[in-house]
Amino acid sequence: MSSNKETVGKTLGFVFVVCLVCAALVSVSAIGLKPLQQANKLLDKQTKILEASGLIEKAGSDIVGTYAKFVEAKMIELETGKIIDGDTDSFDERADSRDASKSTKPENDIAGLSRRADRAVIYLVKDDQGQLDTIVLPIVGSGLWDLMYGFVGLAPDLNTVRSVVYSDLKETPGLGAEVLNPKWKALWPGKKMYNEQGEPAIQLVKGGAKQNDINGVDALSGATLTSNGVTSTLRFWLGTEGYGPFVANFKNGGLE
Amino acid sequence: MSSDNKKVLFGPVVDNNPIALQVLGVCSALAVTSSMANALVMTIAVMLVTAFSNLFISAIRNQIPSSVRIIVQMAIIASLVIVVDQVLKAFSYQLSKELSVYIGLIITNCIVMGRAEAFAMKEKPGVSFLDGIGNGLGYGAVLLVVAFFRELLGFGTLFGIEILQLTQNGGWYQGNGLLVLPFSSFFIIGLTIWAIRQWKPEQVEED
Repeated sequence: MSSNKETVGKTLGFVFVVCLVCAALVSVSAIGLKPLQQANKLLDKQTKILEASGLIEKAGSDIVGTYAKFVEAKMIELETGKIIDGDTDSFDERADSRDASKSTKPENDIAGLSRRADRAVIYLVKDDQGQLDTIVLPIVGSGLWDLMYGFVGLAPDLNTVRSVVYSDLKETPGLGAEVLNPKWKALWPGKKMYNEQGEPAIQLVKGGAKQNDINGVDALSGATLTSNGVTSTLRFWLGTEGYGPFVANFKNGGLE
Repeated sequence: MSSDNKKVLFGPVVDNNPIALQVLGVCSALAVTSSMANALVMTIAVMLVTAFSNLFISAIRNQIPSSVRIIVQMAIIASLVIVVDQVLKAFSYQLSKELSVYIGLIITNCIVMGRAEAFAMKEKPGVSFLDGIGNGLGYGAVLLVVAFFRELLGFGTLFGIEILQLTQNGGWYQGNGLLVLPFSSFFIIGLTIWAIRQWKPEQVEED
């Protein structure tokens, strides 16, 4: 080791150059790949929405085209349940729920959210005849390890379940992550979210739901906390602090 | 390829395996081995990061002031890890969603740092690059062995293809709940080390 490279000036200079080169490398890759990454993210979201509306098989490989043809995104204000103007493409629930001016603290925070965004984007899915077929509502709530993000697809009565599709979660593989198992997802269609009094009554039943239990779905074995999380998430979002006001408006007069 | 280069490239697979002999990089070997696909992508990521960090560090090894050499190594490794993460997000979104945090943690993978400090600081760039690839292979060999048992016996699948049909899917095989959890890798890594040392007794440490 020669001593001339060990001076303070040379050391600082060297570190500066290394940092500059590294920063350039990172910036170039981050900016250069951004369009691809955003396209991936959007495609992933659209895939999940189509899955939640039961169109995924029909779509085949043409996710973007099918989405554009059948799905319409609307922004709603959760407190009033009214449709409002807003850019549905750039809306980011996660960013809004961290922003105190765009979110509120739920009074009865059963889903473990801490803060809930004031607005939400819902998806109206039409059938071939242009009739409203499925309404896809985004949901989020605590599982065992972290928040679980997903979508629930409802028939136009906003009570009959078409699907529950989780898109982003960190649950234990083989246990909580079995919410992604097609066999479990197949238990959902036809279940009712609300009981006869109009309260959210959907729940996962440990040991298996009874055959005629219209509000009950089998819980995941070995994943009690994830199952409880799914129950709480659905009940929160279908309740008064979630989509409750929207559901009431919708039943009173459709979407107008 | 000279026999020296061959030794650098394939030595780490069994004779000088970074996980089995040096017991480095075990944390990620626990976390990402629940499926073969994850293990394979993680292997490729670690291999690329180790190879290129070795290459770059070796290329400037005579200029690095020794007082800040660890920081310089870290800066290079961290940059490479970010690049790998970005590339993965752009080209394999599903896998990056499953692996994301562990890709970031390659920065702290002792194998990368260990090879930079122990090998790349002394050797020429070309052979350092090979050493990085070789250590990636060694890391991957153990990862894939662990993932093979965990995915097959825990989930009944290999690379996501059903081999043993699970009872929850209407089959006969009751998945092993222990192997689904990360810490079960300790058992498999331990057994792997035992098997290698039975085969190559010279790896056994003196008491």
